[in-house]
Amino acid sequence: MKRKWKLSNLYLIFVFIVLYAPIFYLMYYSFNKAGNMHDFTGFTWEWYKEVFHDTRLMIIVINTLVIALLASAISTVIGVMGALAIRFVKRRRTKNTLLSFNNVLIVSPDVIIGASFLILFTIAGIKLGFTSVLISHIAFCIPIVVLMVLPKLQEMSPTLIDAARDLGASQWDVLSKVILPYITPGIFAGFFMALTYSLDDFAVTFFVTGNGYSTLSVEIYSRARQGISLTINALSTLLFFFSIILVIGYYLINQRQARTNGMGVRK
Amino acid sequence: MKINARNLYLVPYVLWIVLFVVAPILLILYYSFFDIEGHLSLVNYEKFFTPVYLKMALNSFWYAFLITAFTLLISYPTAYLLTKSRHKQLWLLLIILPTWINLLLKAYAFLGIFGTFGPANSFLEFIGIGQKQILFTDFSFLFVSTYIFIPFMILPIYNALEELDPVFIDAARDLGASRWTTFRRVVFPLTLDGVKSGCQAVFIPSLSLFMITRLIAGNRVITLGTAIEEHFLVTQDWGMGSAIAVFLIIAMVIIMILTGNRK
Repeated sequence: MKRKWKLSNLYLIFVFIVLYAPIFYLMYYSFNKAGNMHDFTGFTWEWYKEVFHDTRLMIIVINTLVIALLASAISTVIGVMGALAIRFVKRRRTKNTLLSFNNVLIVSPDVIIGASFLILFTIAGIKLGFTSVLISHIAFCIPIVVLMVLPKLQEMSPTLIDAARDLGASQWDVLSKVILPYITPGIFAGFFMALTYSLDDFAVTFFVTGNGYSTLSVEIYSRARQGISLTINALSTLLFFFSIILVIGYYLINQRQARTNGMGVRK
Repeated sequence: MKINARNLYLVPYVLWIVLFVVAPILLILYYSFFDIEGHLSLVNYEKFFTPVYLKMALNSFWYAFLITAFTLLISYPTAYLLTKSRHKQLWLLLIILPTWINLLLKAYAFLGIFGTFGPANSFLEFIGIGQKQILFTDFSFLFVSTYIFIPFMILPIYNALEELDPVFIDAARDLGASRWTTFRRVVFPLTLDGVKSGCQAVFIPSLSLFMITRLIAGNRVITLGTAIEEHFLVTQDWGMGSAIAVFLIIAMVIIMILTGNRK
């Protein structure tokens, strides 16, 4: 039994090493004086300085964050409404149709979303740039939020709503005092997932970004296509720590929620 | 009054469906019937059925299949062991964390690792095989894609395993099934839905990953996605790009039907 435990842990550790090795490889060489990714000659902060002195890059970082936060906030609102709509639709057929439509953008390859949105924006006469990127990010984040919120809604017993109504709660009270508090974990999860998708997206943005406007991933792509430049390494180190901070935040939120309603039966 | 509120929820959501789900697909379909000069024609479809494009499509499917198979092979045991470990929430977060790193950065890391003087080549030299061209080959494309997709396969399988009622396992064990039989006859069939959605989450994107092929495989590997990107953004032949996209959508629908969860 003891040996088995060790073997399985070994496998897990191996997978984790494989998962993290390239990331740490990037980070390690971001301190390389030699300016390449294979010959570590000495420690330097040079590349980080370069990142922070690169105003164009800084603007792009801000752009990316603005897009991600706006897109995930807006898509969370619409997504929660969508989940509520799906939950309260009576007819099974309608519900299934809505769910299928919801899943289309999740399973669609990024290139198709990007290409079709490019056509859409061109026809609608929306100038490619901030607006088009924001709209497409909202569009592909909504179904993710719906999927994160819906299970919570479905797990909620309808008697809770009936009880609230019987006790004289208005429609708004039911929503804000019963439903929303109940599904808050789902909403948070949806928001964070949307944030991840938005920050991580490259392909869709690449299609609808046009000239002049750029997000971080598009910028990284065009730099990486030109070959190795250690500013990308420095940037990825910074992004990694940013992600860790976000993850810790998410973990703490989850922990707190687990504690407040952690009296349930758990195997 | 009750119905009003319900419709209020529906309005933005249905609007979203119409504008960003239905309309784009119809537009793709519409554009696929126009040639590069803007005349209505079937020339794009004729072109798709020439050996050049068919071979490209088949290749693309083959690569996607390989990537999915490798990813599944690595991910299932990982997900299984994760559910058994202590602090699984923390481990799960550690699995998710790499997906928060932009996949371009991960692909970029392999430019260094697989490069001529990178650690992969140093290792090959150390074990006596000698320096090889790793970057810009099929192998590097498969490796990097598998690497990138592992977390996306682990998560649905992990969730399926978590949902699995341990009572079934206890029952199977009590009834005398060996560990392997329990896994093969009970655990795996019951988590098949997770495996299916994992495969869905890997197979479809791997048909369309143009950025990895561009960065890692040079122009050696051309997937459906690469071809679409090329037609839309480089040659500006939106018609042909849309025609390929239509086939990609058809492929996607078939895959979804095959891996659909019937409940």
